[in-house]
Amino acid sequence: MVQKHILLKESPSQTAGPYVHIGCTPNFAGITGVYPADLGAQMKTGKVKGTPIEIIGQVIDGTGTPLRDAMLEIWQADADGLFNATNETRGDADPNFTGWGRCATDMQDGMFRFQTVKPGRVPFIDGRLQAPHVTFWIVARGINVGLHTRMYFPDEDAANADDPVLSRIEHATRRPTLIASQNGEGRLRFDIVLQGENETVFFDM
Amino acid sequence: MTTPPKGNGYLVRDRVWQPDAYTPAYKTSVTRAPAKALLSFPTSLGEQTGPVFGHDMLGPRDNDLILNYAKPGEMALGPRIIVKGHVLDQYGRGVAGTLLEFWQANAGGRYRHKNEGYLAPLDPNFGGCGRTITDENGAYEFRTVQPGPYPWPNGMADWRPAHIHFSLMGHAFAQRLITQMYFEGDPMIWQCPIVGSIDTRAAVESLVASLDMTETLPMDARVYTFDMVLRGRRQTFFENRWEGL
Repeated sequence: MVQKHILLKESPSQTAGPYVHIGCTPNFAGITGVYPADLGAQMKTGKVKGTPIEIIGQVIDGTGTPLRDAMLEIWQADADGLFNATNETRGDADPNFTGWGRCATDMQDGMFRFQTVKPGRVPFIDGRLQAPHVTFWIVARGINVGLHTRMYFPDEDAANADDPVLSRIEHATRRPTLIASQNGEGRLRFDIVLQGENETVFFDM
Repeated sequence: MTTPPKGNGYLVRDRVWQPDAYTPAYKTSVTRAPAKALLSFPTSLGEQTGPVFGHDMLGPRDNDLILNYAKPGEMALGPRIIVKGHVLDQYGRGVAGTLLEFWQANAGGRYRHKNEGYLAPLDPNFGGCGRTITDENGAYEFRTVQPGPYPWPNGMADWRPAHIHFSLMGHAFAQRLITQMYFEGDPMIWQCPIVGSIDTRAAVESLVASLDMTETLPMDARVYTFDMVLRGRRQTFFENRWEGL
């Protein structure tokens, strides 16, 4: 016998299901009058520092079909690389920028949209600066555990080349799955492919 | 020049305890499951931080699904229950001040959603969503009606056990979790392909709320107790101290 190691198990995840909107974006689902607005619909609460950007895209399944019932959340630093979080100890983030967005994909065309700003660089745990990036979390019917990934920027070749997470991807051919494409002035397109040839790199962290 | 890695990241997620992505008995997972290995790396600032929500954002009926969609003077139909418990981390510490959102079908097993195809009726006084923020000890509670089981388009004999969906923000994006709560004694739990995405019986049982008649509100509502556990943050004296104190 050895000593018993007492650590609780994380609650098992279960799919968000097809009706995730009822709980997370009820106004989007037509359930009005309960909450004044859907959480995460606005990431800006006033004048925000930095370069405004719009991120659009689809979540695409293994048959090439966009999901029309997914929900995405993003989390990112402000233009100075600071998080609007209680445990941000490096300085005060832009008070008018939450850094957190939530969006259900459109029930017809599967598009998601976030109005945000380009984030600044944030250090990795060893002190190296990471390339600017936006963290994504995707849930939907058929996804048993929410998927984590990141979106990087197409105009940051040098920073991307040195990024500690991108450079951790063994198969260099898969790194572009995390890099958005420019889609007009101030707009980036980032499609998330759940399965197949161009499958997005998802994280276990 | 880089500094040594900090030792205080989040504990690794147990991917054996958690459901697999590809669970063919749950058909929708077949084309939505990543086929390639996940990329592992230790949590960094972006994963160790997360959005903050204050108690002041809550409306007075946000945690009362019996009333929060009902017309004045009316109430949702169904067996009245209170669901209460704690959100803990893996070290057993309460996770204070974290946002919980919950959603469910009505007592007849029908969701208020345009994609819903079950013929059971809507309850005009039931919306099906609620939210709350845990107190300083990680405790939460809300009032609702017990949702009904319902058939769903998977296998032709597949019914979901009665359940309530939970979304937990945690204190960090690494803790972000969506799960479901089931009800003690429901025989449908063990027939469900979504529950069956979890391999370990003990893991399934950790999602089953227990009926707690000692806390029952007389002539009002029964109580179900349901604790949830989020990933713990490692505590070590060795964090960022490689060069001595």
